[in-house]
Amino acid sequence: MDLFWFFLRRFGRLLLTVFIISTLVFFVIRIIPGDPAMIIAGMDAPPEDIQAIRVKLGTDKPITVQYLEWLSSIVRLDFGNTMISGEPVTKLILERFPLTLILALLGISIGIVIAVPLGVLSAVKRWSFWDYFGLVFSQLGMAIPSFWLGIILLLIFAVKFPIFPLFGSETPAHFVLPAISLGFARAAVILRLARASMVEELSKEYVITARAKGLTENMVKYKHALKNALLPIITITGIELGYMLGGAIIIEQVFSLPGLGRLFLYGIYQRDFPLIQGGVVFVAIIFSLINFVADILYSIVNPKIRFE
Amino acid sequence: MEATTPLLQVENLGVCFTHGAMEAHALRGIDLSFYKEEIHGLVGESGSGKTVTSTCIMGLLPSPPGKIVSGRILFDGKDLLAIPETEMRKVRGRQIAMVFQEPGKYLNPAFKIGEQITEMLILHLGMTKAQAKERARELLGLVGLGKDGRVLDSYPHELSGGMKQRAMIAIAISCNPVFLIADEPTTALDVTLQLQILKLIKKLRDMLGMGILFISHDLGVVNEVADRVSVIYAGRIVESTAKSQLFTNPLHPYTRLLIMSIPDARKRGKRLASIPGRVPDADNTPTGCAFHPRCPLAVQRCRVENPSLVEYEIGHAVACHRAGETWNI
Repeated sequence: MDLFWFFLRRFGRLLLTVFIISTLVFFVIRIIPGDPAMIIAGMDAPPEDIQAIRVKLGTDKPITVQYLEWLSSIVRLDFGNTMISGEPVTKLILERFPLTLILALLGISIGIVIAVPLGVLSAVKRWSFWDYFGLVFSQLGMAIPSFWLGIILLLIFAVKFPIFPLFGSETPAHFVLPAISLGFARAAVILRLARASMVEELSKEYVITARAKGLTENMVKYKHALKNALLPIITITGIELGYMLGGAIIIEQVFSLPGLGRLFLYGIYQRDFPLIQGGVVFVAIIFSLINFVADILYSIVNPKIRFE
Repeated sequence: MEATTPLLQVENLGVCFTHGAMEAHALRGIDLSFYKEEIHGLVGESGSGKTVTSTCIMGLLPSPPGKIVSGRILFDGKDLLAIPETEMRKVRGRQIAMVFQEPGKYLNPAFKIGEQITEMLILHLGMTKAQAKERARELLGLVGLGKDGRVLDSYPHELSGGMKQRAMIAIAISCNPVFLIADEPTTALDVTLQLQILKLIKKLRDMLGMGILFISHDLGVVNEVADRVSVIYAGRIVESTAKSQLFTNPLHPYTRLLIMSIPDARKRGKRLASIPGRVPDADNTPTGCAFHPRCPLAVQRCRVENPSLVEYEIGHAVACHRAGETWNI
């Protein structure tokens, strides 16, 4: 029962976050100097044209009306049409989203699969070969920019040895190199956290209890300590995934993948206000959703959080 | 009680901790005998070696930095210090169990109480999940956490301090151990709860016939539960006897000072005695009798010659050159 209330409370928080962000986006865009209509029409455009664009954008209406329309458009998940092509923003976003989602999920999976076991092993066998290996790995992962890794991977595995395709997103093989480039840096971050978390849990008093109960070392470490050590890992994974779902602009550029990142970048180049607004709010919604799911998972692993 | 063979016997146990070049002799050859159905109180100030003693019996001395330098721990025809870890694991929790000081920290926050009990039953006694759950329900009833088994599905943070300690005790006694170590089990609790937990420990001793090592820094608490008391100072046993003996006829000046420092309603208004100074660090134990710098009776001999633990009268051992002497307060 308390899980249900926790669920509701966190869902309320999600709605509040999205509301605050949409409001911020709305006002920030209007505070920035310069009338979007004027920018779109160009410096020398006749006033009629500018007025026509204002009507199209809806910026001719009073600000309160604009704000209410904006809020209702978010509830309907309808962010209007883009300035340039006139296509619905929501449709464009939803077209691009599956690719970004797949890329992000693959990237984070690679990150988790490498980082969690290696981090835990580093903590359990501190100062061993695996610990130093993990240390070097994570230093590299944090130091190497993902675009550089992407280019190097392309040069080696697509150009020199053409195992994987160079461009595009048609087959699963297209996703391998981008996912590795993306996952590598994530793995570095998660690994450090997993190690630190596991080291801390292994020093807790309940570990002594577990040993005093006559449990095997494996049960002490991988059942009692690990379950507690997973908590911060779940949180950080949620946050990382949230970032990635906003689109990986650089990786999408390097691998020519038509994902969200490139869509938003395009929107910014073209000063396509509806697209930018819609994009920011969409990312905010996705980010909040992921955190919401992470919180629920967290509370299942650690019920104490529900009482906070 | 005296005639039977001890359930568990610690002989000349010596433990040394090394930190770089520094060596700290935490235990300097202690002897302790524990008997079935007897609560043996081990009293001493912090840093005197009480907890190290219990960790050695459990075979959980962190090594390094700790190292057992001498002695044996005889239990069930074996020397626990000599048997391999796999065999020791079958003793731990199954035959010798332990209750810790702060149940809030020593219970795993991520597991339900039920699971923390049943995992032992499944591991040591080979019970099925259903059997273990039924037994866990009984155990919770036994320690006063209700017979309906509601606590089975509770997480530690949902319980009060006293309930947590009861749960900890239920875990410890789950496999019917023959020997229980209670390391300051009431120190973290309110005074009213302390008494309840002490009563529970005595009740369980009567029901299950366990031998119990009851560790405390508080002679008043030990007075409530123990049948026999050993006083430990700077890694050595300085006095050991039946409780009644100890309180009516303390032989060691340290024991005498400890007894005088127990608050007592009858001594209301009078100044409570305190022992000047503090326990010496284990890496810098004084020569001769370790207590001599704080001892009101210390003479030249105490500074050079370490007194050994000898039987001063029947069933009453003491390690002091001036055993039984008194002084004016």
